[in-house]
Amino acid sequence: MKIVVLIKQVPDTAEERTLVPATGWLDRDAADNVVDEINERALEVALRVKDADKSTEIVVLAMGPEEAAKAIRKALSMGADSGIHVLDGGLAGSDAARTAAVLAAAIRGTGADVILAGNESTDGRGGVVPAMVAEHLGLPLVGGLNAVVLGDGTVSGERSADSGSLDVTAALPAVVTVTERTAEARFPNFKGILTAKRKPVATVAAADLDVAATPARAVVLSHSERPAREAGRKIEDDGTAGTQLAGYLIENRLV
Amino acid sequence: MANILVFVETSPAGGVAGSARGLLAAAAALGTPVAVVASEVSPEATVALGQAGASLIHQGIGEQAGAMLTGPAVEALETAVAAYSPAAVVVSNSADGREIAGRLAVRVGGALLADAVSLRLDGDRIVAGHSIFGGAYDVESTVEGGLPIVTVRQGAIDGVTSEGGGAVEIVTSQLTGTVPGARVTAVHDAPATSARPELRTAKTVVSGGRGLGSKENFALVEQLADALGAAVGASRAAVDAGYVDQHAQVGQTGVSVSPQLYIALGISGAIQHRAGMQTAKTIVAINKDGDSPIFDVADFGIVGDVFTVVPQLIEALAARPQ
Ligand SMILES: Cc1cc2nc3c(=O)[nH]c(=O)nc-3n(C[C@H](O)[C@H](O)[C@H](O)COP(=O)(O)OP(=O)(O)OC[C@H]3O[C@@H](n4cnc5c(N)ncnc54)[C@H](O)[C@@H]3O)c2cc1C
Ligand SMILES: Nc1ncnc2c1ncn2[C@@H]1O[C@H](COP(=O)(O)O)[C@@H](O)[C@H]1O
Repeated sequence: MKIVVLIKQVPDTAEERTLVPATGWLDRDAADNVVDEINERALEVALRVKDADKSTEIVVLAMGPEEAAKAIRKALSMGADSGIHVLDGGLAGSDAARTAAVLAAAIRGTGADVILAGNESTDGRGGVVPAMVAEHLGLPLVGGLNAVVLGDGTVSGERSADSGSLDVTAALPAVVTVTERTAEARFPNFKGILTAKRKPVATVAAADLDVAATPARAVVLSHSERPAREAGRKIEDDGTAGTQLAGYLIENRLV
Repeated sequence: MANILVFVETSPAGGVAGSARGLLAAAAALGTPVAVVASEVSPEATVALGQAGASLIHQGIGEQAGAMLTGPAVEALETAVAAYSPAAVVVSNSADGREIAGRLAVRVGGALLADAVSLRLDGDRIVAGHSIFGGAYDVESTVEGGLPIVTVRQGAIDGVTSEGGGAVEIVTSQLTGTVPGARVTAVHDAPATSARPELRTAKTVVSGGRGLGSKENFALVEQLADALGAAVGASRAAVDAGYVDQHAQVGQTGVSVSPQLYIALGISGAIQHRAGMQTAKTIVAINKDGDSPIFDVADFGIVGDVFTVVPQLIEALAARPQ
C-alpha cells in the first residue's frame, strides 16, 4: 500500500502567533515553525500500517516555503520513506482553493492508495483542503476519523457526529482525515534521524505540476489586533473565597 | 436581491440542525435566503425553516440520502447553484459543513471564507469577519473572481424566529449519486441529551481540567454548572483522561466560546486552552497554583483548592435571596 501524508508546517501553537501588518498573512518569523500536531498523528496512523506490513510505502507531501523542508525531514526521521516539497515563491499567500489544486496535482502522479491528512490545521482552521483535494482527484473523502482501519482495499473508521458517532467506510483509493483522538505520534529515534538525511526529497515548483485553474480566490481585506486581556483581582483562599466569589458574581449580575 | 443558498443539516430522523436558524439569519442580511436540504423535508421542518426566514426550500431527494456522507449535500447544492445563481453559499462550520463546502467550491469554481463569525454586504461584495488565533485578531475577507462559499462558526450568529412564518415553496431535484463519498454503516446515537444549554451558545460556561483528578470528581464541575444553568466545558487534558466527552473540549482544537461568564476549575490555562475562551466577557479561575497562566486572563482569580472553594460557592449561591 502506498500512503501519501499531507503535512503542513505551522507556527507553534504554544507561542504567540501574529500576522504580518502589511499583508495580513501569517507571520512565519514570529513563532517556531513545526509540523502541525494533527499531521504528526496522521503520519502515526500511516507508520502503524507500515509497522504491521513492511511493504507499505509512506510519502510525505508539504507545500510551503524553504523552511518546510525541515518539516519533511522531521517526518522522514519519524519513519516516512520519501518526501515531496512544493516550493514556489509564487504560491505564497495561497488560499485553500489554490493550495488544494496544487496538492492534488502533486499527488496525481504518485499512485497513492490513501491520502492521509489532518481534519483541520491549527493556523488556518479551515478544515477544507482535504475535501478539495478529494474533489480534484475524484476520490471519496472519509473525514474526521477518531480511529482508522486501513487494509483489504478499504478504509473504515469512527467519526464524531453532532451528538454520538457514525461508522463510515469507503473503497480505496480515498482521502482520509484524522482527528486528535487518533494515536499520539512517536518521537524520532537516533537511527531515524540519521537515516532521514539519506532519504529522497523531490522539490518541485508549481510549473512542474499540472495545476487546475482556480479562478476565484479569498483575499484578506483588513485585520486588526485586539488588545490583550488584563489580569483582574486575585485572592488566596483564606477559607472564605467561595463566599467572596458568590458575592462577586451576584454584585456583577452574572448569576 | 440576490439569492443566498443556505445548506440546512438534518438529523437521520429529519430534524433541522440547530445551526440552521443562525445561517438563515446571516443569509437574510445578504439577500434572499434559499434553504437547501439533502433529503425530503418533513412538514415540521418546513414550518421551522419558514419561521427562521426561508421562503423557498430546495430539497434533493435520492436513495443515497443518509446512507452516504456529504455526497448528497454536495450534489443538492451544485444543482441549486445552477438553478438560483446565488451570490453566496453559507454552510455551518461543522465537520459535515466544511467537507461539503470544500467539495462544492471545487465543483463550482468558488472560493472559501472559513469560520466566519459575521457576514455583511459591502456594495455588492460579501465580506466575512473572522476571529483568529483565539480572538487575538479580527480579520475581514472576501472572494474575488467567483462564488463565495462561507462556513459560519456555530453559535456565532443568532437566529430569528417569526411566529407563523410566511408561505414556503418547496422545489425538488433528484439526486443521482455523482459525488464520490464514504458510506455510513452504522449510527451510534449519543446517550440521552442533557438538559444543559448548548456549549457554543451558553451564557455561562463552567469548565474543568486535569485538576479535577478523576471522572467521579468531575461531577463537581457539573454541579456548579447546574447551579448556574451553565454549559459544561473541559480542557483537552480532562477529555484525554476520560473525565468528560470530547464534545466538551474548549480551545484551539475544540470549541471556541464567548460567554458572559467563563469559570475555569483546575485548568492551568495553556495557550491552546485560552485560545478557545479568552473572548469571554468575564473569566473566573480557581487553581491551586498561583503561577498558573489562567490567572493572566482572569477577572477574578482564586488561588485555592476546587474541592473546598466550589462547594462553598454552590452553598452561598443557593442561600442568596432570589
Ligand atoms: C496542537 C495542540 C492543540 C491543543 N488544543 C487544546 C484545546 O483545544 N483545549 C485545551 O484545553 N488544550 C489543548 N491543548 C493542550 C494544552 O496544551 C494543555 O495540555 C491542556 O490545556 C492542559 O489541560 P489542563 O489545564 O486541564 O491540565 P494541566 O495543565 O495539567 O493543569 C491542571 C491544573 O489543575 C490545577 N489543580 C490540580 N489540582 C487542583 C485542585 N484540587 N484545585 C485547584 N486546582 C488544581 C493545577 O495547579 C494545574 O494548573 C492543545 C495542545 C496542542 C499541542
Ligand atoms: N500547505 C499544505 N501542505 C501540505 N498539507 C496541507 C497544506 N495545507 C493543508 N494541508 C493538509 O490539509 C489539512 C487540513 O488543512 P486546512 O484545510 O488548512 O485546515 C492539514 O492538516 C494538512 O494535512
